[in-house]
Amino acid sequence: MPRISVTVDGITYEEDVEPRLLLVHLLRDRLGRTGTPIGCDTSNCGACTVMLDGKSAKSCSVLAVQADGCEVVTIEGLGTAGSMHPMQRAFHEEHALQCGYCTPGMVMAAIDLLRDDPDPSEDAIRQGLEGNLCRCTGYCNIVRAVRRGAQEMGQAVSTQ
Amino acid sequence: MIPAQFEYVRPDSLAEASQVLAEDEDAKVLAGGQSLLPLLRLRLAYPSKLVDVGRLAELRGVHDRGDHVYIGALTTHDEVMRSEAVNDGCPLVALATAHVADRAIRHRGTFGGSLAHADPAGDLPAVVLALDGVFVARSAGGEREIPAAEFFVDYLENALDAGEILAGVRIPKLGPGWGFHYEKFHRTAQAWAIVGVAAAVRRSNGSIAEARIGLTNMGSTPVRAHAAEAALQGAELGDQVRRACEEAAADTEPPADLHGRPDYRRHLARVLTHRAVRAATGTP
Ligand SMILES: Cc1cc2nc3c(=O)[nH]c(=O)nc-3n(C[C@H](O)[C@H](O)[C@H](O)COP(=O)(O)OP(=O)(O)OC[C@H]3O[C@@H](n4cnc5c(N)ncnc54)[C@H](O)[C@@H]3O)c2cc1C
Ligand code: FES
Ligand code: FES
Repeated sequence: MPRISVTVDGITYEEDVEPRLLLVHLLRDRLGRTGTPIGCDTSNCGACTVMLDGKSAKSCSVLAVQADGCEVVTIEGLGTAGSMHPMQRAFHEEHALQCGYCTPGMVMAAIDLLRDDPDPSEDAIRQGLEGNLCRCTGYCNIVRAVRRGAQEMGQAVSTQ
Repeated sequence: MIPAQFEYVRPDSLAEASQVLAEDEDAKVLAGGQSLLPLLRLRLAYPSKLVDVGRLAELRGVHDRGDHVYIGALTTHDEVMRSEAVNDGCPLVALATAHVADRAIRHRGTFGGSLAHADPAGDLPAVVLALDGVFVARSAGGEREIPAAEFFVDYLENALDAGEILAGVRIPKLGPGWGFHYEKFHRTAQAWAIVGVAAAVRRSNGSIAEARIGLTNMGSTPVRAHAAEAALQGAELGDQVRRACEEAAADTEPPADLHGRPDYRRHLARVLTHRAVRAATGTP
């Protein structure tokens, strides 16, 4: 069985993995990162989105062995209930979720989008989040939350 | 679903990868995995072995080579879209890549993987076909060039032999006077093309000197709209161009599926070709 080394939310793990183990299953079943859900079988929904070496990736569509030597950030690495990431807080305050199933992926994809476009327009957000599906809310509040999160993150940077 | 079992190897060189592939006909190349992993998860593919070429630096990167742009097979969609050499030398490739899947998939999915997968619904095969790209295949036996017109053999079937790996693709540069467009029709965000049209058109005064049209999802392989290309040559912008685009679906055998019947796809091919040609020539 291949042995891999992967850093998840700042902690490095050495794991023996079956080649067919998906990254999302490594995160959830082996490392206890159940904050990252699985929403589909077709790589469409984006619920499982994490940052893999700094870029968004659908963790259901990556083998754990492919992540050998890589750095993963999950929703659990962003903030805690007591101290939320500005994007998490914006989703909370703008009511951008109902069941919350899509939310971890939405938040990760939103943060990824800001790497290219720190203050995205409504259109840019709708385009940028096209790989993430929400079956509950419709997208209006999600778009609003991303705008707000972006502004707050921008301010956090400019006041540093 | 959890994929069925397979072995995994990550060779250190292309020669080693090609050796493993030549010895086991049920082994498959793994590049970005963005087509292969969904297939494995749905248990639509049962490879004995995955040969992960994802870290072979020799397959990655874009190079401006004067008369053509060389795009390494492992270059991700994201890297292709950001590449200056691609945007300058073959802008149609950058334009069309922006239509592929979504950001997260474009971070991992590769240019070569998209082409080797040979899905006629993929956006890039029709583009490379329209631009007369040349595929560079490598194996233990050396290097072989395959013209785009011969690379796509059938549905999900390419012209690579066992043990051959796609190393990269040469995209000839088109000189001044050429305009480009990729017109993709789909009904939901992040979806495959129901039909797509790649157009490269050279204008001269008020008419078209030369046109190349590639069609996405209009057959079991990407196809060139030869009849429309011939009709467009010399056509004056306006009515003559519109009439020429009526030929876009000639000799095609588009699929029937839940998105549309063949006659609907033929209709789309005509309408979208007209749109693509107008956009490529900058005419309203
Ligand atoms: C939800 C979703 C939506 C998508 N939407 C679109 C879309 O709208 N348009 C579009 O064009 N594509 C779309 N794709 C596919 C995407 O473009 C993939 O990235 C691409 O098709 C495969 O590239 P890859 O590097 O991930 O290849 P892989 O999945 O690793 O491999 C694909 C196939 O090619 C073979 N292969 C890969 N590299 C090589 C090589 N160098 N030499 C020989 N054989 C090789 C593999 O063995 C395999 O058979 C979508 C995918 C998903 C999951
Ligand atoms: S679970 Fe990964 S995209 Fe749906
Ligand atoms: S809040 Fe339920 S799926 Fe988005």
